Amino acid sequence: MSAIDMRPLDQEELFAVDDIVARNNRSPGGLIPVLQQVQTALGYLPGQALRRIAASLNMPEANVLGVATFYTQFSLTPKGEHIIRVCKGTACHVGGADRVSEKVQDTLGVNVGGTTADGKFTVTEVACLGCCSLAPVLMIDDEVHGRLQNTDKVPGILKTY
Amino acid sequence: MTYTISVGLGTCGVSAGGLKVLAAFRQECAATGLSGITIRETGCRGICHREVIVEVRNETNAVVYAEVTPADAVRILTEHVGQGHVLADKVLYEPGREAELPYLEHQMRVVLRNCGEIDPKQISEYEARGGYQALRKVLTAMTPEQVIDEICASGLRGRGGAGFPTGTKWKLAKQEKATPKYIICNADEGDPGAFMDRSTLEGDPHAVLEGMAIGAYAVGAEKGVIYVRAEYPMAVQHLNTAIDAAEQRGLLGDNIMGTGFNFHVKIKEGAGAFVCGEETALIASVEGRRGMPRFRPPFPAQSGLWGHPTNINNVETFACVPWIINNGAAQFNQWGVGRSRGTKVFALAGKIARGGLVEVPMGMTLRQIVYDVGGGTSSGLPFKAVQLGGPSGGCLPAELLDTPIDYESLNQTGAIMGSGGMVVLDTSSCMVDIARFFLNFTQNESCGKCTFCRVGTKRMLEILERICNGNGQRGDIELLENLALQIKMSSLCGLGQTAPNPVLTTVRYFRSEYEAHINEKRCPALYCKPLLRFDISPEKCTGCTLCARKCPVNAIHGERKNVHILSQDRCIKCGECLRVCKFDAVLVSSGGRSS
Repeated sequence: MSAIDMRPLDQEELFAVDDIVARNNRSPGGLIPVLQQVQTALGYLPGQALRRIAASLNMPEANVLGVATFYTQFSLTPKGEHIIRVCKGTACHVGGADRVSEKVQDTLGVNVGGTTADGKFTVTEVACLGCCSLAPVLMIDDEVHGRLQNTDKVPGILKTY
Repeated sequence: MTYTISVGLGTCGVSAGGLKVLAAFRQECAATGLSGITIRETGCRGICHREVIVEVRNETNAVVYAEVTPADAVRILTEHVGQGHVLADKVLYEPGREAELPYLEHQMRVVLRNCGEIDPKQISEYEARGGYQALRKVLTAMTPEQVIDEICASGLRGRGGAGFPTGTKWKLAKQEKATPKYIICNADEGDPGAFMDRSTLEGDPHAVLEGMAIGAYAVGAEKGVIYVRAEYPMAVQHLNTAIDAAEQRGLLGDNIMGTGFNFHVKIKEGAGAFVCGEETALIASVEGRRGMPRFRPPFPAQSGLWGHPTNINNVETFACVPWIINNGAAQFNQWGVGRSRGTKVFALAGKIARGGLVEVPMGMTLRQIVYDVGGGTSSGLPFKAVQLGGPSGGCLPAELLDTPIDYESLNQTGAIMGSGGMVVLDTSSCMVDIARFFLNFTQNESCGKCTFCRVGTKRMLEILERICNGNGQRGDIELLENLALQIKMSSLCGLGQTAPNPVLTTVRYFRSEYEAHINEKRCPALYCKPLLRFDISPEKCTGCTLCARKCPVNAIHGERKNVHILSQDRCIKCGECLRVCKFDAVLVSSGGRSS
């Protein structure tokens, strides 16, 4: 588990968190949608946001942290401007996903899970993007780039961002 | 003459550049002022290996084009639409003559009946193809018992993997007296290598909604939840559009079609946890908790979401339901063998020539799917194995290619039907590595509740890693089998109970590969890097210096036009020299053998 970022939230962030909680407060089982929306608004889940959510939903902090660390979608550390998801599904694996991942890491000089020094890219690996016919693939934000058997294409793709 | 141009924009189509093709059609139409042309978006036709797919239709005929680029779009408008000349080099098939295309010839489309045909965002297109007629029929002319009897008679079984008879499941939920009842659509498609549910939701969301509404009427539920993977943004978007449209037409919501039947559907987006495909874990996740499975009984039919009776079915199962009601159980039952009836959708991928989404009658053999539909391997290398059912399934060798696709026959092989992932492997794949790949996945995704699953999969993964790294020990295979048995027996849910299957099937059918890794420190597929050795052939090397320049660790030396030398102590076995050499001068071997 990554360390929790306990920086104080600014006024705008506090307002965003409170607004999201208020909008979801009445629906039972609302914790996951709240976390999803807060992450969308703030880019990740700062520790103080988790505290505030727990207090507002009248829930032990451990519960909120437990859910936030259980699901892979949630991040407790800031993410880069663009998220790179290298697919490690079965079809991509047999198609050379390891080489794609290595190329991305070499090109950007950052390991899986890491963010580049300029804050531009965060590199992650995912189980399957479901575009198996285009294997091996990677996704940058919402855009899929496929047929990367020749990993020399990777630096060119990264340059367009 | 008026033309309708349909661009396939499922995730595959978009990834292949479909949006650019769509934009090119729109721009060119606007620029040239061509009139009488309708440009529309459809879902996935399942022919993923030939995306972007475009259909051009006029009053008298239709043509489906493959691998369309923006430049082709301009050609289609000028030559086909403008001058009436079909672009022969781009034609995939003519609708109505699908049988001439080997990929489609053997398929039978029930679940995928509308995928690629309709615009999934237009409810009117679904209705024009008989959509919501089945719901109307059950609400106005059938009792819930009759609906359940019809589903029982069809022989439909759960398409998510376990294969529990759907009609029986509905009967159990119907028997419960407590209210309210819930109906849940499990769209948490998490198996790596599977994309059946994604394509169905993207391409025909109303079929799933209609199936759910029929199920809700049968079991007496008024509330529905669709639990979708967050990684499928287009599926979520199309479902939202579909629910809004159906509510506006009075096909969902209160007093549906004036019959007094109420049914409300909500979408819950998953947050990334494979175990949430298990029904009790899924319910925990919908309730906002960590997705951890719990003991059954009580089954969800007795105590599910918020403690109320809950019926859970998979996307594909629901999509079959309206078809069965419209066409009759006997029509569905005509296909299949034994207790496996109807059709099944498979996501055909890996080293396959024609990959994509295929729907075939149950009972077809693996050989027919791999060779007749899929066209064999894409690499030209021999077929080695087919991986079925993802991390819960197994790898079957060429000797078992005549196994029919039905739940029971597949279980006997040690693999499972699973949700429908079918990944073809050729001789370049190492089966020990494949086992390690899946164990790595399940080990990551184990929720941690059961000790045997949490710790046992970790120990198995460590053993597989050391075998792949050349540090395997005598007795490792037996140790793997022993651990596998214990994990299967002592895990609460399907994740742990099936996690060892990829290992057990590869040990069963490819034992000699494990033995070669352990005893001879040799990877027969020449895949496991620590067991490889790269050499430069003095006979073939021309001294072009390309490999020396590309080598990331400067392990290759030699003067221009002289034979190069690779120093083994520096080589990191990355294979870059092998990939760049144009003269086949880089030789790869393992344990002293080149293959």
